[in-house]
Amino acid sequence: MIVELGAFALVLGLALSIAQAATLALARMRRSAALAGAGEGMALGAFLSLAVAFVALVWAFVVSDFSVANVAENSHTAKPLLYRIAGAWGSHEGSILLWCLALTGYGAAVAGLGRHLPADLKASALAVQGLLGAVFLAYTVFASNPFLRLDPGPVEGRSLNPLLQDPALALHPPFLYAGYVGLSVVFSFAVAALIEGRVDAAWARWVRPWTLAAWSLLTLGITLGAFWAYYELGWGGWWFWDPVENSSFMPWLVATALLHSAIVTEKRGALPGWTVFLALAAFSFSMLGAFLVRSGVLTSVHAFAVDPERGVLLLIILGIMAGGGFALFTWRAPSLTPGGVFAPISRESALVLNNILLAAATATVLLGTLFPLIREAATGEAISVGPPYFNLTFTPLMAILLLLLPVGPLLAWKRGDALGAAQRLWAAAGLALAVALAVFALSEPKKAFGAMGMGLGAWLIAGAVAELAERGRAFRVPAAETFRRLANLPRGAWGMTLAHIGLGVFVLGACYETGWKAESAQAVPIGGRIQVAGYELTLLDVHGVEGPNYEAERGRLEARKDGRLVCTPTPERRLYLPGGQTTTEVAICHEGPSHLYVVLGERRAAAGAPVWLVRAYWNPLALLIFLGPAIMALGGAVSLSDRRLRLGVGRKAEAPA
Amino acid sequence: MSWLPKSRTARRRLLVLAAIAPVLVLAVGLTLWGLSDSISYFYTPSQAAAADPKPGQSIQLGGLVQPGSVVKHPDGRVDFTVADQQASAKVSFSGDLPDLFREGQGIVATGAFDEAGVFQAREVLAKHDENYMPKEVEEALKEQGEWRGDGAVAGYQKTGTR
Repeated sequence: MIVELGAFALVLGLALSIAQAATLALARMRRSAALAGAGEGMALGAFLSLAVAFVALVWAFVVSDFSVANVAENSHTAKPLLYRIAGAWGSHEGSILLWCLALTGYGAAVAGLGRHLPADLKASALAVQGLLGAVFLAYTVFASNPFLRLDPGPVEGRSLNPLLQDPALALHPPFLYAGYVGLSVVFSFAVAALIEGRVDAAWARWVRPWTLAAWSLLTLGITLGAFWAYYELGWGGWWFWDPVENSSFMPWLVATALLHSAIVTEKRGALPGWTVFLALAAFSFSMLGAFLVRSGVLTSVHAFAVDPERGVLLLIILGIMAGGGFALFTWRAPSLTPGGVFAPISRESALVLNNILLAAATATVLLGTLFPLIREAATGEAISVGPPYFNLTFTPLMAILLLLLPVGPLLAWKRGDALGAAQRLWAAAGLALAVALAVFALSEPKKAFGAMGMGLGAWLIAGAVAELAERGRAFRVPAAETFRRLANLPRGAWGMTLAHIGLGVFVLGACYETGWKAESAQAVPIGGRIQVAGYELTLLDVHGVEGPNYEAERGRLEARKDGRLVCTPTPERRLYLPGGQTTTEVAICHEGPSHLYVVLGERRAAAGAPVWLVRAYWNPLALLIFLGPAIMALGGAVSLSDRRLRLGVGRKAEAPA
Repeated sequence: MSWLPKSRTARRRLLVLAAIAPVLVLAVGLTLWGLSDSISYFYTPSQAAAADPKPGQSIQLGGLVQPGSVVKHPDGRVDFTVADQQASAKVSFSGDLPDLFREGQGIVATGAFDEAGVFQAREVLAKHDENYMPKEVEEALKEQGEWRGDGAVAGYQKTGTR
């Protein structure tokens, strides 16, 4: 019964989304407040319908209703409750339903929170959002319905892929989708602005909070995914330049560029066309990501629940929506009047450079991701583009960006003082240089690029702190005055500082981990030893463990450094009974921010006693890789709490900035 | 500077172009270099035999693990044979195999042939799915020499010793 209710609510959501798009388009044409109100009600209704549908699906998973095909294929009675719930978005159908829930949710949020938006802009934007909702819901209802029944239903389900049965991965899709789909609001606003023919400071101010929210959620979502890959796949890495990873990274890069260009449009009225272009591109990359991930056209480590035939439908949706958006852009963009002149050395110029570099980096990632498809279509040869390509293209572009980053915030709008900025940064530059030299001198083996990367990380953090000191006039006025000034800084400034520091923390972790990680693999009998980076691990014993839906071999090891007991890692090798798949549970010892990472491999029969293949990794500063993005997302959240960016921003916003 | 255009808009356009040009040149240059240098070809054993890649050249080798060919040494080395309809290749891999590595299973190994013609794998991908894949589909895919079309069967799991 509840499943039927869910199926009905899903169709109702589709009907309401279509009605929302039509009503609001009509409301805009007739300038009718009554129709607009009705349309907003429908947006809310569509969200509530989708919420009911989603809860119904989760319920079907929780009670293991195997007469629902989707549940039978992705759940199992022996699965713990958390993973039965997470199973609801572990399949193709369920994840698209989550996507639609987020899409209508954002529509309802714009309707509810955008009380002070100009009526025309709001009606147009919500009409576009309704159209997006209608298209994706139509796809869900007709091609990817999660409520289809099986008759008769099986007694037991096929279970969710055990690799996905993990807390980080249970949370990863909701965050990622909330981020991906948050960009739909920005897309709708951009299309609405093109229809209205007006892109000004006020428009940029309404777009920024949505971009910020989506960007922060996307940052968290990607980080959770990387964290999962790090400790669940069990081979020590956290980013593989895999197509699926790239398709979440490209919207992030574009959203980052948009975040910065929207500031220029808001503060100075400049770059309106470019900002609109990025707003369209951001969600187009989200849709491209959905297509690449869900269709399985590219071979990926993380491709779960793919379906090539339905992938084509997603490609068509991408073509229509993105194509329509960009067609409108080429038609209307020339009429946008650029405002705000600025000198070559100015904050505007710095942000333009940021955008150029981010756009170039996105383009190289896009090309590298799609090149196997292009090449295969052209020559029929199957190839793969691996990490070396991305390291070669993406890294230098980013290095230039990071090198210039601390300078930007110290330049004034309109006409900046390069010399003045340099004077304020000499301490930071000295510190960065010292860090680079110290790392080069002290760490073994010697790695020049790694040391330069560490210097860059220090430069970002020190540069952000220097900028803060400048704002507080530290050391030039009494300390109390400095604190007062810092306390009165707008939240947006703190958000920026946090985000830039977070990036620096990430760069430190990523460079050090990549440059100086050590690993060792060995077949070890009970009592045997394995060494890595000065740590000596002894395999004490291995015994059987029974979990709710798996059986495992759990090894108990003892890690010592110079005779001192560091920790006793207990890695597992699990055999999931439904499906018969084995997975590894990594054991991680935290040594400050560094990780000693231990994997128990398969049992091998040697002459006499059995041996286990034990792999041990030393991942120095690995914690910073995940901490950095978390700080960045926190910066986004702090910035979002700035009064000027409150979602229901007041009439003041209409006054010229 | 008299050569600069007079109008402010034109000047700004010139400025933006001046900033874009070097980044564009850098990005395009790096991309071309990267694509010529760091892509790897995908071969089945018979295609590899025909193409005869140089020893040490990094490629991907895909095929079925021949039943009975897997020899696991106590020191962690694994030798096995990857085959397609026409040819087979010996593969040697050091490290933990993917959890779903089995005889008769489709795998993709990344690495290079050594002087002796043994494929030294750095990384082994195994299709990680419990669903049965029909033989015809597998053969059809193999005839096309392409494994990336098998997205319909869930995904891959990868392991490596990088």
